[in-house]
Amino acid sequence: MSYSYPDEQGHFGPYGGIYMAETLIPAVEELRQQYLRFRDDPDFKAEFAYELKHYVGRPSPIYHAKRLSDSLGGAQIYLKREDLNHTGAHKINNAIGQALLAKRMGKKRVIAETGAGMHGVATATVAARFGMECIVYMGAEDVQRQAPNVFRMKLLGAKVVPVESGSRTLKDACNEAIRDWVANVESTFYIFGTAAGPHPYPMMVRDFQCVIGEESKVQMVDMVGRQPDAVIACVGGGSNAIGIFHPYIDVQDVRLIGVEAGGHGVASGRHAAPLTANAKVGVLHGNKVYLMQDENGQIIETHSISAGLDYPGVGPEHCLLKDIHRAEYVAINDDEAIAAFDALCRNEGIIPALESSHALAHAMKIAPTMGKDKVLLVNLSGRGDKDMNTVAKIKGITL
Amino acid sequence: MNRIQTTFDRLQQAKRKALIPFITAGDPSQQMTVPLMHALVEGGADILELGVPFSDPMADGPTIQRASERALKNGMSLRGTLEIVAEFRKTNPQTPVVLMGYGNPIEAMGWETFARRCAEVGVDGALTVDFPPEESHEAFEHLQRHDIAPIFLLAPTTTEVRIAQVAKLARGYVYYVSLKGVTGAGNLDLSAVEQKLPQLRKHIRLPIGVGFGIRDAETAQAIAALCDGVVIGSRIVQEIESSEAGQVLDNIRKLTKEMRAAIDRA
Repeated sequence: MSYSYPDEQGHFGPYGGIYMAETLIPAVEELRQQYLRFRDDPDFKAEFAYELKHYVGRPSPIYHAKRLSDSLGGAQIYLKREDLNHTGAHKINNAIGQALLAKRMGKKRVIAETGAGMHGVATATVAARFGMECIVYMGAEDVQRQAPNVFRMKLLGAKVVPVESGSRTLKDACNEAIRDWVANVESTFYIFGTAAGPHPYPMMVRDFQCVIGEESKVQMVDMVGRQPDAVIACVGGGSNAIGIFHPYIDVQDVRLIGVEAGGHGVASGRHAAPLTANAKVGVLHGNKVYLMQDENGQIIETHSISAGLDYPGVGPEHCLLKDIHRAEYVAINDDEAIAAFDALCRNEGIIPALESSHALAHAMKIAPTMGKDKVLLVNLSGRGDKDMNTVAKIKGITL
Repeated sequence: MNRIQTTFDRLQQAKRKALIPFITAGDPSQQMTVPLMHALVEGGADILELGVPFSDPMADGPTIQRASERALKNGMSLRGTLEIVAEFRKTNPQTPVVLMGYGNPIEAMGWETFARRCAEVGVDGALTVDFPPEESHEAFEHLQRHDIAPIFLLAPTTTEVRIAQVAKLARGYVYYVSLKGVTGAGNLDLSAVEQKLPQLRKHIRLPIGVGFGIRDAETAQAIAALCDGVVIGSRIVQEIESSEAGQVLDNIRKLTKEMRAAIDRA
């Protein structure tokens, strides 16, 4: 089977597309054309590679979490250390790629939405790096629970706009960023943070994030002489997951496991796991995807301890990978994520992001059921410094 | 014959322009929507655009966002909106009604059910903001089967190639978005609208309505001189929002009359 998505109109099977208001259609079409033009341009590729190496600090290492693995008594857990990137998460890979494109398109103003704040920080960072004006939209709820990242963005010269509408989280930040873009379409480049949204974003963000999986394929052979038995990554919109999954899609024996936010439990309805819960397919933010909604097609509020996963939809390529059974999707609840967070802190001296803790929690769940010769590769997509307030609050501690 | 076409034919003979007000179904309450629709017609509206509330109205400014939130809080839905049209039709068989909203509530209902229900209750057209022609093949097929006009938006950024594509698919009228921005924005540029319209007319035989950001009688008059219909949304919704409960129908009737008079001066 040969896997080649999306098609020219941005469809991943029945998913994806360009479901946008007319004013923005010419903008996404221009973006598509410019991206296709520069994607294979040697100068663009060289500049992207240079920035990833010298500014981001790539390649990110793979680390054998031996004490954690020994404590579980089963499969060996390896971590792809995206948390060690400049700005502390995988988001910077994509932000640099899009900023380089914005530069070539002559756009001097960039906007972004952010949930946990990592994409906002990455965008503010590249805007400072390339001398662009930067506005970041962030749900008012997230502004509170991710205060350190708000301060970081401001230090980097970005304007952070708290969004008070709707559920005051990531989806509302997306709505507001789209409203800004429609009003400033000619001057502004929308640096979208995840592998979702209208075509070409799901494809473009994936391409920029694929460096994670491409490095992993080389590094795993160096470290253990083969590819892992499973690759595990958390999925909100799904950019870190598609970045590490995509290069493995054609590698038949590698299981791909996406971990969604189970919140209070998928059965409770209070979660952010549209794939695991088999949510109805719908249209939001430019694409057709599995989408958490009520029987009238209104988007429902999601629940997750992790702001970065607190989103009712998911990228279209994950929807396709679920349907064709190339990837499996599961959910990890808030309390399981916290337990994994604690375990990594204490066993390995690594403080993971709450988002990444979901992926880790699933690895810790299945490792004991597997032999010691088995290998699990977890994408540790970000570091947990930003989550100090959230974790302290859960533990009943005032900082 | 479709009510939209009949209406524009009648207006053309009388050398008048269409007044097309927008309100959100369920705002300020479920019970008020039908009386408001009648008040708009009494004030001189030719076609009614009825907004279907959606949780994530990305193309709307704060005024219509708040209307959408109020309507959802009042329990309004696409199903409820269709029932409102059925109720309105009991006493008004002639004024065209166009539903305007986002695609997901229709996706959830299913396009075939939606189109059939529209025909049953007397909806004349459907405008789905986030479904451009590229993604409207399925929608178009079902709407056509039930003779519901697909109304498309064109924008200042729309290229001539796309104008020609929309010209082939559109029925009823075409809605030209007069500014780059969300509904109710304050940056309407009359001369830009004036410059764009000949390009639209080159391809589009249907009547052209213009909307977004028309906030006063003076602007309505100036816009009416350029096109076939004036769409007024946020200004009407704002009036509903700011009116005392007992006054809302009178205020809306009065505002509509003012707009009507302005348009008739064009």
